[in-house]
Amino acid sequence: MRALISSVYLFLYAPIALVVLFSFNAGRSASEFTGFSTAWYGKALGNSFLVSALQNSLMIAFTSAVLAAVFGTMAALGMERLGPRTRALFDALLAAAIVVPGVVIGIATLVALVALFSFVNPALAILWPGERPPQLGLGYGSIIAAHGLFSMALVTMIVKARIAGLGRDIVEASSDLYATPLTTFRLIVLPQILPSILAGFLLAFTFSFDDFIIAFFVAGSKTTLPIYVFASIRRGVTPEINAIATMVLAASLALILSARLLMREKKSKSGE
Amino acid sequence: MRSASTNDIEFRAVAKRYGSVAAVSGIDLAVPKGAFVALLGPSGCGKTTCLRMIGGFEQPSEGAVYIGGEAMNGVPAYRRPVNMVFQHYALFPHLDVEQNVAYGLKQLRPRIAAAEIGRRTQEALEMVRLGGFAKRRIHEMSGGQQQRVALARAIVNKPKVLLLDEPLAALDKKLRTAMQIELQSLQRELGITFVLVTHDQEEALSMSDLVCVMNAGRIVQIGTPEEIYDRPESLFVADFVGKTNRIAATIEAGAGPIRLANGVGLAKPARVNGTAGAAMVALRPEAIRLVRDGASTLQGTVTHRIFLGSSVEYSVEVDGLGDFLVTADRRSIDESDLAEPGERIGLSFDPHAMHVFPA
Repeated sequence: MRALISSVYLFLYAPIALVVLFSFNAGRSASEFTGFSTAWYGKALGNSFLVSALQNSLMIAFTSAVLAAVFGTMAALGMERLGPRTRALFDALLAAAIVVPGVVIGIATLVALVALFSFVNPALAILWPGERPPQLGLGYGSIIAAHGLFSMALVTMIVKARIAGLGRDIVEASSDLYATPLTTFRLIVLPQILPSILAGFLLAFTFSFDDFIIAFFVAGSKTTLPIYVFASIRRGVTPEINAIATMVLAASLALILSARLLMREKKSKSGE
Repeated sequence: MRSASTNDIEFRAVAKRYGSVAAVSGIDLAVPKGAFVALLGPSGCGKTTCLRMIGGFEQPSEGAVYIGGEAMNGVPAYRRPVNMVFQHYALFPHLDVEQNVAYGLKQLRPRIAAAEIGRRTQEALEMVRLGGFAKRRIHEMSGGQQQRVALARAIVNKPKVLLLDEPLAALDKKLRTAMQIELQSLQRELGITFVLVTHDQEEALSMSDLVCVMNAGRIVQIGTPEEIYDRPESLFVADFVGKTNRIAATIEAGAGPIRLANGVGLAKPARVNGTAGAAMVALRPEAIRLVRDGASTLQGTVTHRIFLGSSVEYSVEVDGLGDFLVTADRRSIDESDLAEPGERIGLSFDPHAMHVFPA
């Protein structure tokens, strides 16, 4: 039994460990370790295609995570005020949104966007006063929209859990002490849900930064880091790719760990 | 609309419904300025709903609540000159003690100078004997201390009315008694109106100068603690406030006696009106004396004796009437004179101590 479990974990983590190991390989081979070197990291970071894909990914991840954090929090706050039945419905929809496979989200978003463009672009052409009306198309905007929408569900779930633990009475106490609803939100509610919003933001960022499937459908001609990695792998796995993968892994782990820390800290506080 | 009154709070024909369920109805209540009033009743009687309507957390479905003569319909909690001490304190966990207490003052417009806020905050903390705790975090404070912070946070604003929602329920017995005394002296010191919600009749009787007993969404009796205890107007009040022996009886017409269920006839107390018919008699345990006298009106057998420190409580199986509770003050009895379980004993009481209610 123990051997079986060990082999399962080996199967899970050995490939990842190998990727990390070979990113430090001095030679070109992806199967024979010939010495320690960080040369491939330098090479990767000197690759202008890679760097621009990385910049795109960071920009998309940041923008979509900000949108998700803002709208997800608003959704969570709004859902607090729904009646129990409507709320149950929206809870279910939220949970469903998270388990929908990436492929389906990708296709659905693509279809929806194309339909939207085919409606908006002709309208813009007629209404635009200038010479050349802008044409909406797939690109950064569509990736941000698709990622933001998915991550919003994530943020809503996390923030909602925190709001539920907040208790109605401190909001009433603030109101009793002459604070308007807006002031109560600013001074009482927001400080207490902020860690969960940040945690949601970090998870949203990580999701967008790592996502290949959805981005692949709606990216148009743009390249994100995962799309770049996918494309270059077709020319063979090089230690450069390993170096990129290792960096992405480190960044993702750091983000997810911080998100977990933020969520756990709040849990232990409210448990007092 | 202003009403010329010295009442700090008035309920006029107030009802509150949730859907088709009436939480309270027909509430008329006037609380004079500077009074300490207790809303007393079992859980679900509507006392908390009444308190929340004063605080502005609920709006009446019918009628109006007046604070200082002003109708409060539609006025939100944050514009009312009242402050509340919440049952579970509802302190802000991310602020320290001082910030919690200063919170209300900081919201006031026009703004109060920071120095003034600091001074009043410190004053309020000293009033609840937490002078040295200003910088403590809330979770570093014990339950009793948190209770005081909640109190300081409310009184620092010098409200017209202080609302207390079961403020002592979470404290242990010793702390509770100490806080009762403290609240009472605080109220005298501040001279503001206190409205206390409690299900603990002892708390209501000992602290307040006006008790409003509620049951099933209605006020059943308003009076001083003495009136409530000594002259209950209904069996419910007699039962809920203090301990009571209930005896089934019949009122006989005219000058006839009250006949208890075991056939013993007793002279009618002065307050009983002439209506003949089935009745229920309430008799306080301390109104009964145990006597070794075969000639007394009721006879029984002692079944249990419970030592309560300053008093002794007996359970007596009265012939034809069932279990009676009898309390004897220990100062008034000789140690050697205590009745023993199993002993035959006589019960003696002044018929005027009986409260008679039509059944």
